[in-house]
Amino acid sequence: MDVTTPEQARIAEKAGAAAVMALERIPADIRAAGGVSRMSDPKMIKGIQDAVSIPVMAKVRIGHFVEAQILEALEIDYIDESEVLTPADDVYHIDKTQFKVPFVCGARNLGEALRRIAEGASMIRTKGEPGTGDIVQAVSHMRAMNSAIRDIANKRDDELFEAAKQLQVPVDLVRYVHDNGRLPVVNFAAGGVATPADAALMMHLGAEGVFVGSGIFASGNPEKRAAAIVQAVTNYNDPAKLAELSYDLGRAMVGINAEEIKTIMAERGQ
Amino acid sequence: MIGVLALQGAFAEHEAVLTGLGYSYTEVRQRSHLTGDLDAMILPGGESTVMNKLLNDLGMFDELKAMIEEGLPVFGTCAGLILLSKRVEGGSPSLATMDIDTVRNAYGRQLGSFSCNGSFAGKEIPMRFIRAPFVETAGPEVQVLSETGGRIVAVREDKQLATAFHPELTEDTTVHRYFLEEIAGLSPDRNR
Repeated sequence: MDVTTPEQARIAEKAGAAAVMALERIPADIRAAGGVSRMSDPKMIKGIQDAVSIPVMAKVRIGHFVEAQILEALEIDYIDESEVLTPADDVYHIDKTQFKVPFVCGARNLGEALRRIAEGASMIRTKGEPGTGDIVQAVSHMRAMNSAIRDIANKRDDELFEAAKQLQVPVDLVRYVHDNGRLPVVNFAAGGVATPADAALMMHLGAEGVFVGSGIFASGNPEKRAAAIVQAVTNYNDPAKLAELSYDLGRAMVGINAEEIKTIMAERGQ
Repeated sequence: MIGVLALQGAFAEHEAVLTGLGYSYTEVRQRSHLTGDLDAMILPGGESTVMNKLLNDLGMFDELKAMIEEGLPVFGTCAGLILLSKRVEGGSPSLATMDIDTVRNAYGRQLGSFSCNGSFAGKEIPMRFIRAPFVETAGPEVQVLSETGGRIVAVREDKQLATAFHPELTEDTTVHRYFLEEIAGLSPDRNR
């Protein structure tokens, strides 16, 4: 869950978050403010690390390996090389094999995911369209990814070289996907999750966990909504439970329709 | 049938090990899944605070604790070990069915995670520690199965087994077989 203060981090931990993302502004506010968005101040990150016992993640700009070195020096638990911040490099991503801290990266499709994994990413998430509260992009990224994985799994061994060429990725990663029917790393849903139903939908579509960004602290009752989304991830397959969890959560984040916005963050860093 | 607590964390990795060894399993996600059909239970790694909260919120806590106290064989890894500990430094006790004192996040943050080899019940196996706990002191009824770097990292108390490391993340199945065969007295379904 995205948090901007130690107080929010404690609320997220109490609600059952498995990790928190320390950010100066939630994506909805980053989008509203415009301008250049960068790594958070270490003081702010440290405050959140001291507030909770669960892992703390933080974002760096795409390609900004010095921001990543700084986060590693702060002993951050995971680094998100994120399109939500303004990209620092319009060609190269960070060589994540040079770091001991695990990275998560966004991907809209199988090619992006395998390129990030080749660069050393330990976790993949959909890009969604951050800060919108609109689930449509995360859904289309997750469907595209899993549909491409099924296509690869159905290929003959001698067709994998061409598949690697088309995807612009190393053939050994394509072979892994072919043999195992999944990515070699864990795959999360992120971007636009605002309700327990959104979280459950992403789990049905193959997510192995859910990032909730603006959806919690831009809503009317963050404590209750956060706890409900946590339980919805665990029991995504039980509609009666989801009905109970969705009951009287207060105002959801208003959100903006992803078609109404000018800056498409998901297109950053391919 | 083996139950795998699937509220959060690395349950899928345990399920893959069980499948590889020829055992069938069922995911335990709510109270109605805690039935008499369970022959044994695995509590996976993850965030112990999250699992403890969900056990309570989903009304599973009392039932699971009672089942373990009545002798259901249980195997906890990492966060699972914390759930079983009677005393937890840096956290709160949860099921508290094993007479051990545990230090949570004992090796520091993610950068303190490491892999090594260690002896488990007399056999050398690979061990992966991720934001791991260790056992500071074990009660008189608790058998220490592994000490690595001078710290207790695997313990058994009657039908309860707990490890600070993640045997489900390595190829070695020694610890799972020890739990299933020697503690729970089970054998693979395909041999039945």
